[in-house]
Amino acid sequence: MAGSSIPVPGGLGATGVTDAEAEGTWLEVLHSWVVTADHKKLGIMYVLYALFFLAVGGIEALIIRIQLFFPDNHFVSAETFNRMFTMHGTTMIFFVAMPLVFGFGNYLVPLMLGARDMAFPRLNAFSFWMSAFGGLLLYYSFIGGVGLQGAGSAPDVGWWAYSPLTARAFSRGHSTDYWALSLIVSGFGSIGVAINFIATAFCMRCKGMTLFRMPLLPWLYVVMSGLVILAVSPLTAAQVMLTIDRYLGGHFFDTQAGGSALIWAHFFWIFGHPEVYVLVMPAFAIMNEVIPVFSRKAIFGYPAMVAASVAIGFVSLGVWAHHMFTIGMTSIGNAFFVLSTMLVGIPTGIKIFNWIATMWGGKIRYTTAMLFCVGFLLQFLIAGLTGIILSVEPFNLQLHNSYFVIAHFHYVIVGGILFAIFGGIYYWFPKVTGRMLDERLGKWNFWLFVIGFHVCFDVMHVPGVLGMPRSIYTYEADRGWTTLNQIVSVGAAIQGIAIAILVYNIIHSCLKGAVAGPDPWDAWTLEWTTSSPPPPYNFAIEPVVRSRRPLWDLKHPNDPDEPVEEGMSYSGRMPPS
Amino acid sequence: MSTIPMIRDVHGHVIDPEWKLPSRGRVGMFALIVAESAIFVIFVVAYVYNIGRSTYGPQPRQVLELPILNTIFLLSSSFTIVMAERALVKRAMATFKAWWGLTIVLGVIFLLGTAQEWNKLITVDHLTISTNLFGTTFYSLVGLHASHVIVGLIMLTTVLIFALTGALKPEHTEKVEVLAMYWHFVDWVWVVVFTVVYVIGR
Repeated sequence: MAGSSIPVPGGLGATGVTDAEAEGTWLEVLHSWVVTADHKKLGIMYVLYALFFLAVGGIEALIIRIQLFFPDNHFVSAETFNRMFTMHGTTMIFFVAMPLVFGFGNYLVPLMLGARDMAFPRLNAFSFWMSAFGGLLLYYSFIGGVGLQGAGSAPDVGWWAYSPLTARAFSRGHSTDYWALSLIVSGFGSIGVAINFIATAFCMRCKGMTLFRMPLLPWLYVVMSGLVILAVSPLTAAQVMLTIDRYLGGHFFDTQAGGSALIWAHFFWIFGHPEVYVLVMPAFAIMNEVIPVFSRKAIFGYPAMVAASVAIGFVSLGVWAHHMFTIGMTSIGNAFFVLSTMLVGIPTGIKIFNWIATMWGGKIRYTTAMLFCVGFLLQFLIAGLTGIILSVEPFNLQLHNSYFVIAHFHYVIVGGILFAIFGGIYYWFPKVTGRMLDERLGKWNFWLFVIGFHVCFDVMHVPGVLGMPRSIYTYEADRGWTTLNQIVSVGAAIQGIAIAILVYNIIHSCLKGAVAGPDPWDAWTLEWTTSSPPPPYNFAIEPVVRSRRPLWDLKHPNDPDEPVEEGMSYSGRMPPS
Repeated sequence: MSTIPMIRDVHGHVIDPEWKLPSRGRVGMFALIVAESAIFVIFVVAYVYNIGRSTYGPQPRQVLELPILNTIFLLSSSFTIVMAERALVKRAMATFKAWWGLTIVLGVIFLLGTAQEWNKLITVDHLTISTNLFGTTFYSLVGLHASHVIVGLIMLTTVLIFALTGALKPEHTEKVEVLAMYWHFVDWVWVVVFTVVYVIGR
């Protein structure tokens, strides 16, 4: 689709000051990025930072897979293997997935709301640098973790860091301290950015944009932010307790003094389960924007989508102990967490049906972005189904801590969240850089990633059912897991190639990609009314909207969207009647 | 003006020219208070869960005394800060400074009371954060609250300095009110901490 010929609100493409004019020497450019409080620059930095750590965490995953390729392998030692899966998990959750979704939100939420920046730009910059320092702190443990084991003691307690393994007696040196401090620091960043999203969505919307005219992406970021402040805060509190135990000789998790190792597991999963929804809400958000545009239809069931998202947010706060069935709770406790976990399936099902209904009868364009979204739909459905399977407590007792669980949550995080994020990268890259990503490379990227993903994670369920536990550094040859593990490792390598293609595509297209124009996809939300990339402060004149798809109304003045019912309007919009 | 031409919606209703949204300061502070509450909830749960589980060393019943006076001082600072806000709205700057200063004094007295209590616990009862489980949970929960009082006092004092130098103007009313929200939060968390530590826990 060529750039549309509609007038751009405010004539921004013409009048905006472009970055090129502001550039000086490379040192001045660097300085301008370091001191910036601009939501777009911070968004780009979040995503680049996350892509860097995606490569790091990916290399750790490949080391794990090489080690498990042969039985009785000694590619790495058991200690190193423990460090690899700990660092892989911590990195991928806190320094890849979180910054990716924060980066997308930073860039898109103000643009979609017709605002010039986030509600608190300097808090926004502070949050980014806290997240960034968190990642540096974690990886500094490789060279700075000099403890009893000498230099280079990265954390090795698993990303869940169960007590009492984290106690001083069992985790010598400073590696666990780096882990705890890194998550405290980046946790403050996450809470800060979540507060910012909430304040931005409630207080910075342009004229006419009632809450129920707000695009679904900001809506889901509000739900995500609510989950961050309710779920990351407990993690921060638990990390402070762990630090008190380790540094000040406290006894929170010290069973000999009457403390409880169990309570750590509760605190961790009170964070850990909502965290999945913190990550998946932005994935849903991307689906809500990309699928309608490439189906050429408005999203089906907007109010149901909002309601389902809020419902998922609430329910997800009450399911955490399904990670802990084997710990031995009362049968009433077990039954509660079984049922609450299954309940999540209902609003999630509503969302999946709404996306299918949006595509139904639409004029679908299979761009790379759309392909990733279709991949998300199928894979996220399967991930949800294995989740329902695992929520059945008697069955869970059999599969707890097995590779079935590993396969399940990688299905969610890679097959669901990462696919959606890659779709989002292909969709918004033209807006951010002004150039299109190469579609031919994109198709290679998508198909290799899909094949690698299914070879790796479909097969990974099987050794789990056969009894292979997670976190083991090697296994005996007669277990019958060898071939399966080799297939999984090959799948991991194929995914690595696909991500290398994505990185090449991003670098190549930044330099030589086709010029995108303001609106290459013929889309409907406000970010596409600005030039690509948008000028500083986004909108020279504040836009005024009167429906959910302001750009559709502009392009089709004789066929505007149905107005949103007045009953759904929000404070401040009281039309005289 | 090439912006979207219609300021009317499809029904012909003119969109309210005074498009008003909630203040970002209030919404942001509200979200911060929710996040802080979640942190406090975890520390309170850890305290309640561990009541009576401490296996050795001093127990709460032996060493803790009800800090009634201290509680009255802190809670009345919620009242004085409301009076200060009212004075600011009425632009009575002298009254504002008096009530605001009194709020700070009450907060400082509360902190001194806590310091006195801790001093007694450490030197007389030999209870530190590492002595036993009770010490760990007690000092971390009460200390978490006290650190919030300290942060609040630093911000209140900053406002007082601005007020005394004349930099604080009536147009800053809203910012002062947002800060007052935080102070109310700190006060009412004390009600929870007091109930859990000194009433239930004893």
